[in-house]
Amino acid sequence: MTEHGSHDVGIYYKVFGALLVFTVITVAVNRVHLAIPLAVTVALIIAVTKGSLVASFFMHLISESNQIYRVLVLTAIFFFFLMFLPLLGLFSTPAGTEHRSPLTPATHATAEGHH
Amino acid sequence: MQPIPIIGAYLSAANAPGGVMLPEFYNQLGAMHGTIMVFMGVVPLAVGGFGNFVMPLQIGAPDMAFPRINMASYWAYFVGGVVMLASFFLPGGAANSGWTSYVPLAVTATVGQTWWLLGMVLLITSSLLGSLNFIVTIFQLRAPGLTFMRLPIFVWLQLVTAYLLLLAFPPLEAAAVLQLMDRVAGTSFFLPSGLVVSGQILGNSGGGNPLLWQHLFWFLAHPEVYVLILPAMGIVAEVLANNIRKPLWGYKPVVYSAIFLGFMSFVVWAHHMFLTGMGTTMSAFFQTTTMIISIPSVVILTSLFLSLWGASIRFTTPMLFALAFLPMFGIGGLTGLPLGLAPTDIHLHDTYYVIGHFHYVVAPGTLFALFAGIYYWFPKATGRYMNELLGKIHFWGSFVCINIVFFPMFIQGLAGMNRRLYDGGIQYAHAQTAAKWNMPMGHAAFALWAFQLFFIFNFFWSIKKGRRSPSNAWDATTLEWAAAPSPPPHGNFPEPPVVYREAYEYSVPGHPRDFTPQNEPETKRDK
Amino acid sequence: MDIPYTVTARPDTGLYNGKLGIWLFLASEVMLFGALFSSYLLLRVGAEVWPRGETILNIPMAFLNTVILISSSVTMVLAWASLKMNQFQKARWCLIGTFLLASGFLVVKFFEYSEKFAHGLAPKTNTFLAIYFTLTGLHGLHVVGGMVVMAFLFGPGAKMWRVAPERYTNRVEITGLYWHFVDLVWIFLFPVLYLL
Repeated sequence: MTEHGSHDVGIYYKVFGALLVFTVITVAVNRVHLAIPLAVTVALIIAVTKGSLVASFFMHLISESNQIYRVLVLTAIFFFFLMFLPLLGLFSTPAGTEHRSPLTPATHATAEGHH
Repeated sequence: MQPIPIIGAYLSAANAPGGVMLPEFYNQLGAMHGTIMVFMGVVPLAVGGFGNFVMPLQIGAPDMAFPRINMASYWAYFVGGVVMLASFFLPGGAANSGWTSYVPLAVTATVGQTWWLLGMVLLITSSLLGSLNFIVTIFQLRAPGLTFMRLPIFVWLQLVTAYLLLLAFPPLEAAAVLQLMDRVAGTSFFLPSGLVVSGQILGNSGGGNPLLWQHLFWFLAHPEVYVLILPAMGIVAEVLANNIRKPLWGYKPVVYSAIFLGFMSFVVWAHHMFLTGMGTTMSAFFQTTTMIISIPSVVILTSLFLSLWGASIRFTTPMLFALAFLPMFGIGGLTGLPLGLAPTDIHLHDTYYVIGHFHYVVAPGTLFALFAGIYYWFPKATGRYMNELLGKIHFWGSFVCINIVFFPMFIQGLAGMNRRLYDGGIQYAHAQTAAKWNMPMGHAAFALWAFQLFFIFNFFWSIKKGRRSPSNAWDATTLEWAAAPSPPPHGNFPEPPVVYREAYEYSVPGHPRDFTPQNEPETKRDK
Repeated sequence: MDIPYTVTARPDTGLYNGKLGIWLFLASEVMLFGALFSSYLLLRVGAEVWPRGETILNIPMAFLNTVILISSSVTMVLAWASLKMNQFQKARWCLIGTFLLASGFLVVKFFEYSEKFAHGLAPKTNTFLAIYFTLTGLHGLHVVGGMVVMAFLFGPGAKMWRVAPERYTNRVEITGLYWHFVDLVWIFLFPVLYLL
């Protein structure tokens, strides 16, 4: 039981501090009201950084067995397919058709008025 | 329209007045047939049943890695099954929007659909718990010496299957939650703005996307097809290897193909959606991946076929079923190619051709493999053989009848007959000539049912009265036969087995017997 | 009959059964939330109008919840580290602390939800609120699930420390992995729903 007699817990506090700082940054950036594409990029970069910190240190992925890495790489690939292939369907449509906005704004307003 | 013979008289007047089914009732039967057979029949039997019994035995494990999770998985399945079946007694009956539950139809359907969704969430949870248990068991509990390349094919295919269940099922769970929200909380995830139902504008907020359901559903349901077929291929490989009395041809190609197949099955799903207004970029992508995924299936099937070359085959009942699997799955697979290519799919989509294709894969394909497995592992589970004569009657009867049931579907489908029409689309001119096949198909279906009675009788009779079998009933090499008694006791093995050789060492020159079990220590002859 | 590698790691995989099990479970959870994020993306890109979350949702409350969850992750990992250092009482208090922080998260969430409902904002109001309630609701259920396991570990399940300390430590580690994942999902939910 005492294989890690003096476990180094300092790293956890450091990660905690970093996570707090990043949370403050992401909220602060939001107050600047960047254009949507830039705001999304910045917010996602910060979220991915925070997520990596949690996964690497709290979940000890930084020193995990290869078996776990293999599972996660596989999951990441399928996650990627799942995220972006349906989106392709939204833009790849036969000429002259569109999946977006089936109604013109005017008729949309009347449909809204019904409830 | 004629009433259904015999059975029609016993259907309630509310569902089938005068023995002629109402469309609403037909739709329930169609939707629930698919759901029950896929999610409550084949997957639990092939994975939960055979996987759970045979896999730990084949890898020399005392049990599954998490016995209590196994139990939880079973009870989730049980409750999910009860919810599904109970839904028949709801007002409006069970789910009636097809086993695919396409939206918006499913969102506006009767309350049975809500129960279908709840049942699905439970069944998915069951599969999820089962699959992680399988993966952990295979990685962690293999007997000493049992390296991955010494695993029996069945274990390999169960491993790939478990990964598919683990990673493909959650999106359907998410989709089920979203559809549940649409039905119960009044959201519009799948409902477009201004949707008109029965002449009325539906009072929903709109902005949803019906195609989202199809994407999430087929993200599961295409890997699901491989969940249905891979364990079956595994069973066939085991039975075949044992009855040809020589090593399987191409062990490694089969293993690598299965892994590749599992991987690719996640990127082919939209070939079910060519008719949804898909652009050329997207349809080209999915046609390409679909053509690519047919290659590993062919490699596996070819390896099994080539294994037969020059073998002294024992035509036992399980072997007959396993042999029949090969051409039947071949027909099922090859007829799938035109469905994976958009130009032909546009003609064949939602016709009986699709039904014929899919049923060739899972009925004379998977089900025959499951029968092979039952006849093959029955002596392991009970210590007795099943009766060979009854088994052969069962096989030949089923083999002939099942082809009469499903083959005409290709002809009907090519003629343009639509699926999911309660009267078979008889009011359409193009169905007039093709519909005549319904009569022989119906008779063959009854006969097919009758031949299953031989199996049911054989099964229960053999438990009590069957010929006693030795613990290695088929002179097999794999651990479940070589190292465990029949039936296996709690803990499976009297002493933990150790593995010294590959899975299928049959007829090795210089050995005293024509099979060398995996747990037989190396001798000077091996060097 | 003993099942091998329930406590010690198998040499060739370097894992005990439970650890591989929980990671596989988390992999499937990634796909579950992945499907919901994918739905969010598809609905948002396909929408004519999509409100920025900050115009509807309460950012200070969500900020508070982010801090709460991050802190609970720290107490959770400290619980495991304390067990590794053989300090059972400290570990127990860390678990209780994690439990309390998780309850705090749910209390804040409760106030957030009731504020929305008080203003007549429900899942059926629009697709943004629909996905907001679905994602945060499902995440909340995960929080509740984690709390149940923690309550077991510092309550009746704590007896195991005396008979099988290594196994108990493993249980805390596995619970921790799950809990950090719940935290991780929130780290993505927060900007996606509230800020963008």
